[in-house]
Amino acid sequence: MSWFTKTLTSSIGRKLMMALTGLFLITFLIIHASGNLQLLANDGGKAFNLYTKFMTTSPIIKTVSYILYTSIIVHVIWAILLTRLNVSARPQKYEYDKLGQSSTWASRSMMLLGTIILIFLVIHMKTFWFVYKFGEIGMVTYDGVEYKDLYTVVVNAFKNPLYTGFYVVSMVFLAFHLAHGFWSGFQTLGLNHKKYTPLIKTVGLIIAIVIPVVFAIQPVYVLLFA
Amino acid sequence: MNLTLKVWRQKDANSKGKIETYPVTDISSDMSFLEMLDVLNEQLLEKGEDPVAFDHDCREGICGMCSLFINGRPHGPQNATTTCQLHMRKFKDGDTIFIEPWRAKAFPVVKDLVVDRTAFDNIIQAGGYISVSTGNARDANETPIPKEIADQAMDAASCIGCGACVAACKNASAMLFVSAKVSQLALLPQGKPEKQKRVEAMVAQMDKEGFGACTNTGACEAECPKEISITNIARMNREYFSAKLSSNNT
Amino acid sequence: MNLDSKIPEGPLAEKWTKHKFNVKLVNPANKRKYEIIVVGTGLAGASAAASLAELGYNVKAFCFQDSPRRAHSIAAQGGINAAKNYQNDGDSVFRLFYDTIKGGDYRSREGNVHRLAEVSVNIIDQCVAQGVPFARDYGGLLANRSFGGAQVSRTFYARGQTGQQLLLGAYSALSRQVAAGKVKLYNRTELLDVVVIDGKAQGIVTRNLITGKIESHSAHAVLLCSGGYGNVFFLSTNAMGSNATAAWRAHKKGALFANPCYTQIHPTCIPVHGTYQSKLTLMSESLRNDGRVWVPKEKGDKRKPSEIPENERDYYLERKYPSFGNLVPRDVASRNAKYVCDEGRGVGSTGLAVYLDFADAIKRDGRDVIEAKYGNLFEMYERITDSDPYKEPMMIYPAVHYTMGGLWVDYNLMTSVPGLYALGECNFSDHGANRLGASALMQGLADGYFVIPYTLGDYVSQMPYEKVSTDHPEFKKSEAEVKAQIDKLLSINGSKTVDQFHKELGQIMWDYCGMSRTAEGLTKAKKMVQELRAEYWKNLKTIGSNEELNITLEKAYRVADFMELGELMIDDALMRNESCGGHFREEYQTPEGEAKRDDENFSFVGAWEYKGENEQAVLHKEELKFENVKLTQRSYK
Repeated sequence: MSWFTKTLTSSIGRKLMMALTGLFLITFLIIHASGNLQLLANDGGKAFNLYTKFMTTSPIIKTVSYILYTSIIVHVIWAILLTRLNVSARPQKYEYDKLGQSSTWASRSMMLLGTIILIFLVIHMKTFWFVYKFGEIGMVTYDGVEYKDLYTVVVNAFKNPLYTGFYVVSMVFLAFHLAHGFWSGFQTLGLNHKKYTPLIKTVGLIIAIVIPVVFAIQPVYVLLFA
Repeated sequence: MNLTLKVWRQKDANSKGKIETYPVTDISSDMSFLEMLDVLNEQLLEKGEDPVAFDHDCREGICGMCSLFINGRPHGPQNATTTCQLHMRKFKDGDTIFIEPWRAKAFPVVKDLVVDRTAFDNIIQAGGYISVSTGNARDANETPIPKEIADQAMDAASCIGCGACVAACKNASAMLFVSAKVSQLALLPQGKPEKQKRVEAMVAQMDKEGFGACTNTGACEAECPKEISITNIARMNREYFSAKLSSNNT
Repeated sequence: MNLDSKIPEGPLAEKWTKHKFNVKLVNPANKRKYEIIVVGTGLAGASAAASLAELGYNVKAFCFQDSPRRAHSIAAQGGINAAKNYQNDGDSVFRLFYDTIKGGDYRSREGNVHRLAEVSVNIIDQCVAQGVPFARDYGGLLANRSFGGAQVSRTFYARGQTGQQLLLGAYSALSRQVAAGKVKLYNRTELLDVVVIDGKAQGIVTRNLITGKIESHSAHAVLLCSGGYGNVFFLSTNAMGSNATAAWRAHKKGALFANPCYTQIHPTCIPVHGTYQSKLTLMSESLRNDGRVWVPKEKGDKRKPSEIPENERDYYLERKYPSFGNLVPRDVASRNAKYVCDEGRGVGSTGLAVYLDFADAIKRDGRDVIEAKYGNLFEMYERITDSDPYKEPMMIYPAVHYTMGGLWVDYNLMTSVPGLYALGECNFSDHGANRLGASALMQGLADGYFVIPYTLGDYVSQMPYEKVSTDHPEFKKSEAEVKAQIDKLLSINGSKTVDQFHKELGQIMWDYCGMSRTAEGLTKAKKMVQELRAEYWKNLKTIGSNEELNITLEKAYRVADFMELGELMIDDALMRNESCGGHFREEYQTPEGEAKRDDENFSFVGAWEYKGENEQAVLHKEELKFENVKLTQRSYK
């Protein structure tokens, strides 16, 4: 193995990969959540559909999206690598374990939370991304230009209380994942400082609450008001 | 007070162990936890049973030899306290107390509550030192070291190498232990010349020993009897990345 | 037997320099042909093993703990002395020498002590270079504190964990040599016997504490760095595993045991509070820098300390010793605590404690300053006693802490058995009848880093490269003997546990050979120890086999040696018809109750020769010559 692969598969390297991809995914989430707010524009979906078109055609955004897909895959693979290492490090468990007292549930449950989020992601992609790219989708015309009508797909999906319920619950798990993940990413990168760490932790908590809430508002809004 | 002890008994490294139950009576609240175990062992011996083997030496909280996973936590319920400094006044009459050895692949059980922690020695041997032979030193005051740096180095250096961090970590990671030594030596000017080589070698050895990786749960810091901070882990990570990116060691 | 201390001729300050030039050297290429055994990995052992390996010798290092880093040097709290004079307060090598000789009540060798003071400055340099994080001032330079028995501030420290930091420094140097393949480490391995062939120490027999395997190791020289024998008393500040087996077995193989009665009772320990107590915890002497020692003026005053007004308190150390006050040497402080408790003015539930009060210091400097200096000690005190020393005065009482006596060694640190060396607390050489605070760390590291690397070559250079085979009959004989002893211990099948015997021994020693001694008590104690020892071999209860981790067997083997050593301590105390330092015979005191030396008749090192089981040990005397200091009655008034 070269120094490079050795580094990335070392215990610290595994964490590094999680941190880098994780923090990148958080920036994506911020953009995604704010962009999706256009669902609430009350304009019959025009803003949302225009935005969707831009996001799927702009060369820059397309490039970023490939990095995004790679990040998700790397984040998942390295999570598996990391978890395998960590499980193997304690072959025999304690008979009586109260370690919950010394760390948060989220920090101990990142793999579980991540798995749930991954399942959510697959369903989410299937409902929207797959349909938009490969499925049958209606068309709308604004100002003489034809657009794929993702808005209707979204509204139809969210009109289903089960789907919206699943969506909202998944966001709760995302919240916990972010609550540990944001701060943890900085810690892994070595960015721990008396002055800045409290700020990072606060920002992390805000992100962990605001992003899932913004995501969850959309289906709930559609379900109740659209 | 009277207590029920649930103690891990294991004849030797190759045997399968199990929890045994022992009642102990007339325990004074002024006893240390290990003195309570001494009482148990005297009882066992008088009955002709094998006493419980556990590691201990200085009994003043500094040698790092005592261990014990007590009621689900390394070194028991009192924060910032080693098992030998834990006193029975922290328990109540009638309590049931679970006592287990550290659990980690890198710390195999030797007998009962005794585990083998030579993995820690191996990590220090990999690079936890400054290469200065006896007689090579210059005057101690020739290099001033800012008080704050010296204090930070001392904070890290106060690690007693007991392994509670490994025991507490859900991943049985040794990063708090390793980072404490890496930090101490990387902070001090004397340690800088070989800091890259040191962190690379120590982390490689740590991985080789079979410890898990850090997932920043912070349990190590919370359970460390010397309250070593996980800022040391962040510092080690920094040192590690910069060494990996810039050292000539391919 | 002629005890030749081999102190070099010439002026005091030139002896060591001259000696270093005169000792034979071993060519660097030849050093790798020699193998050296180091028993114990505390400050002396780890520093010696590392330094010798750096020079090129092949070293085998042994410790009974699971790691060399656990050795009990780690527990030293307060600091390490060095004549750096960084504080510009008039310190010098000669002053450190003088303080140490005087503190030792003029019962140590001038040559050794001066050498110790000389190399003290190198130790600090070495430790700082290793990364020991000593306390510093804001300018980034090293800080000092003052310690008992000195009027200069020369003690370097790393919070209340100086021993730990120095040991970890030596441990790191040792680890570096292990990695380099120059030191082979044997942890959880205990020495059971020293092997002497053709009059020279050429190996040891050990037991693997996990498997029980008895093994022989041969070498060109054997260094015992196995610490002191304070655990003879059962209750002491020593670690639970600290034992005298290495030194005692060496003694039985011909090494003389010097001044065994010189034991140091440390004044500031947490008082005993129950029969189940397994050890005593020291509170650093540095506390006496700011704490004031007092008891009520009235006997049996059971009021809370806060309710006792200032004028009804007796700050007895400040009263009796106005110039040193609370910073008198340890033996003086301990003895005075005993006096006030004997008068019935002791405090606490047992009446065997005195107050160490920080109220004035907190008022003067503020709680923050006191917390920064002693925070970790205060926390430790509170954990153990459940009382907060920021609010209530600490209660302290003297406890066995250090043994100044040990294997007799010459200036080269060689015992009376050629090839067998003793370093650190294991030897007797530098502290006389009383050790000053912060000097044990200094001596351990001096011996290991700066003395043995020079003096070992003088002997080893004359040895053939070929080391003796472990198949040699002497090894086989030793192995058979230790196996027989183990079998015997395991087969007595009596009814008393090792701890019960050990506690009884400790009680006898504390009562009759502790802080103060009388001929009558000692005579009685000797008989009691003999009886106890006889009972030990008839009525001991052990369990299990040799071929396993057997904690009862480990203790039983150690306590067997403590029993014999205890008797020698009594012999020595009985022989020494004077009071000096830690040895206080009630018959020999000044009208003020201070130790009264008899320089005319007892200015010698008492070195005992083993003559066989149940035989009276034979005393040899090494006269102490004082050419540079004038013997005076120690005065700290």
